[in-house]
Amino acid sequence: MAYTYYPGCSQEVSNRAYDLSTRAVAKALDIELKELKDWNCCGTSPSYSIRELPTFVLGARNLALAEREAGACDLVTICNGCFAMLEKTNLRLKEPDLRRRVGEVLSVAGLEYEGSVRARHFLEVLVNDVGEGLIRERVTMPLGGLKVAPYYGCQFSRPEGRYDDLEFPTALDRLLSWIGAEVVDYPLKAQCCGGLLMITKEEVALKLIRDLLALAQKRGAHCMATICPLCQLNLEAYQDRVKVRFGADLSIPILYFTQLLGLSLGLEGKALGLGRELVSAADILAPYLVVASREV
Amino acid sequence: MVHKVREADLFESSVGLVERVLDTSIAEKIRSCIQCGTCSASCPTAYAMDYTPRWIIAALRAGQWERVLRSNTPWLCASCYYCTVRCPSGIEFTDLMYALKRLAIERGIYPKGSPVLYQAFTGTVDRYGRSAEVELMARYYLRTLNPWGLIKMAPMGLRMLLKGRLPLLPHRIEGRRELAKMLDYMRERGEG
Ligand code: SF4
Ligand code: SF4
Repeated sequence: MAYTYYPGCSQEVSNRAYDLSTRAVAKALDIELKELKDWNCCGTSPSYSIRELPTFVLGARNLALAEREAGACDLVTICNGCFAMLEKTNLRLKEPDLRRRVGEVLSVAGLEYEGSVRARHFLEVLVNDVGEGLIRERVTMPLGGLKVAPYYGCQFSRPEGRYDDLEFPTALDRLLSWIGAEVVDYPLKAQCCGGLLMITKEEVALKLIRDLLALAQKRGAHCMATICPLCQLNLEAYQDRVKVRFGADLSIPILYFTQLLGLSLGLEGKALGLGRELVSAADILAPYLVVASREV
Repeated sequence: MVHKVREADLFESSVGLVERVLDTSIAEKIRSCIQCGTCSASCPTAYAMDYTPRWIIAALRAGQWERVLRSNTPWLCASCYYCTVRCPSGIEFTDLMYALKRLAIERGIYPKGSPVLYQAFTGTVDRYGRSAEVELMARYYLRTLNPWGLIKMAPMGLRMLLKGRLPLLPHRIEGRRELAKMLDYMRERGEG
């Protein structure tokens, strides 16, 4: 299986562990992820908030590059924001007027886009293309006994719902169960992490995070699995502030789903970027590490 | 009678505006809102909004554009798309929120400081082709004259730094000259 891979800006440094673990997992499962050369910002929600055409031009440049490189291909993302924005770009480019305007701008840079590239999310690729059989077969270190709260955030299945249920997605639950983890019932799984409101309206976002963490704790989860870098950061980096603001210690490790999958495939912690957490996962993951637990 | 004429005027001007700034499909659709309130009830941030999503639609249909733009509502939307997927009339409310933010900027009517983060974000993307988180935060707190915000961020920034997670230097894409050309092209045509 070969895909064009779009890491997304957040994965370069601040969520590098997500990129590392994605590549490691793909390799272990014989999925070829070829990084899109010279990709740029996906178009991104803050840009769409203040201007329309340049946002879709940014998105379309990536799609055009992917098409030029690999023809009609699947462009695989690991960020809900990138995924939703690239999907939106494709959708909106079906409107003849916008398509013409974007095409005109692209041509200034010698690019064109026919519309043959599909945006995908790696989680959904694993569940739909790779599938249960192969994944179960490759698991050498089942995560038995690890209670995980599956958290999808907003823009994986909304607004399009092309690959999962709009309000109650199950792809991550299924994947986690295939690798032996104990998936806790987590009804807030597709609720919002606050996104960039964490910066602009901190009070509002902190409350959302508080609710998410509190439920994970209440359900006895050892950790939360995320599928988006912004969710991961909001859930992990503001736990101190939640404590100060609400007086409740809700600390819990927040991992990328690819790290958990990687462990179950017998990969080493280092290859999965483990050890970069702000809230240590060393204790809860110790039983599943192939090498000495010191490594985390 | 005078009252009636004024209402008609407002309605007409608002319809004109809707069609100019919003996707035609949304513009048409907000007329089919049944004011059921599902959007407001689904919205995780509605409690902090000056006007809830349902109110926003009602106000727009009443032609009260300025009131809507002066409210904090568009800037409290986290883009979670709950309102959109649940609306029984198929109104894409999230996209309406985006469109209102763009309209607010076009008209220069918004609660003070609201677009700063978005503008700073977009600025770094346009310069480098990718977002540059550290520069973005620095610019944001400088422009909002909020050193306290920066101080509050410092401990987290330090922890991120120690874990090798603070991107000190922006990544510049190779095609940034072409990107600049495209951005200039749009700017010259008033579409940037
Ligand atoms: S959910 Fe839809 S129909 Fe109901 S009030 Fe909101 S916009 Fe109107
Ligand atoms: S998309 Fe925005 S307006 Fe709609 S429910 Fe989510 S936060 Fe509220």
